[in-house]
Amino acid sequence: MATAELVLGLLHNGPAHGYDVKRGHDAWFPDSRPLAFGQVYTTLSRLERDGLVEVVDRGSEGGPERTVYALTPQGREHLAHWLAEPIQPALGAVDEMVRKVVATIRTGEDASAFLARQRSSHLRRIRELKAVESDSDSSSWLVRDYMALHLDADLRWLDNALDRITEQKETSR
Amino acid sequence: MTELALELIRVEYAYRRDVALRGVSLQVRPGEVVAVTGPSGCGKSTLLHCAAGILRAQAGTVHLVGQNLAELPEADRTRLRRTQAGVVLQFGQLVPDLSLTDNVALPLLLEGHEREAARRAALGWLERVGVADDAAATPSELSGGQNQRAAVARALVTGPAIVFADEPTGSLDTHAGEQIMELLLSSARVGGSALVIVTHDNLVAAYADREVRLRDGVIQHEVSLS
Repeated sequence: MATAELVLGLLHNGPAHGYDVKRGHDAWFPDSRPLAFGQVYTTLSRLERDGLVEVVDRGSEGGPERTVYALTPQGREHLAHWLAEPIQPALGAVDEMVRKVVATIRTGEDASAFLARQRSSHLRRIRELKAVESDSDSSSWLVRDYMALHLDADLRWLDNALDRITEQKETSR
Repeated sequence: MTELALELIRVEYAYRRDVALRGVSLQVRPGEVVAVTGPSGCGKSTLLHCAAGILRAQAGTVHLVGQNLAELPEADRTRLRRTQAGVVLQFGQLVPDLSLTDNVALPLLLEGHEREAARRAALGWLERVGVADDAAATPSELSGGQNQRAAVARALVTGPAIVFADEPTGSLDTHAGEQIMELLLSSARVGGSALVIVTHDNLVAAYADREVRLRDGVIQHEVSLS
């Protein structure tokens, strides 16, 4: 995951401290795993080392120290480049599902029960995504749509697999 | 025990050359939403048509709200279907020469309701589904999405125990399809109608409480999604 670039993106609208960055990330991606604090601070230090962000304030206002970071011109350029570049299409998080089916078949087991269970799990997830109220948030529907349509593509693969495995069973009978 | 909205027991149906259903049993509880899925030619539309009494099961029995369709005289069966089963097809089910109001009022008029009362009820439904402004228009003057909204109103105007929908979003784009699905679900919920949706679209099936998947005329699997 491109955490570093996302952090740059979160600083795009102005300087912020680590907590704001984390909160911003979780608001952008409400259906994903929240960003861990540790990861935010490690990422900010690395970006500072590479000259992509700089510290603009170390105020504490009586509480714990709050380092405020801002994008440097190089950081802004890096972000613009990252946003413009298409990603390499590759197998994503679902490759475990494919591996499980291949392993089931290779070990001589019947994959159809697993495929049916996976199918219902995928459908349930789409149902959850659709149940989220559409609100004034300008981008979270984009992420939900992306996820639902990818789950749909997985489901088509699951259907094909289920049909072909059933056919194979029928012909070998 | 609450009466089932629908019960199919070992239903069989064959066309001249093809066997479409090979002994399918299915129960639908009141208010339940069931998606019937499967590849083309698996028998899912035939299942819906047998369940809705549009086709007559050649073997096995179909109980609609506890009544065995095969044992009812023709007139009673027609009446039961008209009052207890709403049907939404992919397209083309509205009468082309009638206004949306008259299309939606039709099931009530056939049931002997007074004309003005039927039209009032129809208008109320057209308002609920968001096409009241086009109440006087005929289907050919409107988009597929608007016609499907009217079709949903017509299916629900009698307050049926169950609504059968065969690929209800099949002729619509994704956004219009989602709107129709949400409308169909919320409208069915208002009257407590059960809903059986035949679809090949996973995004539509995901709205259901339960998925029944057919293959070659038999149930391949049945899973709860709620």
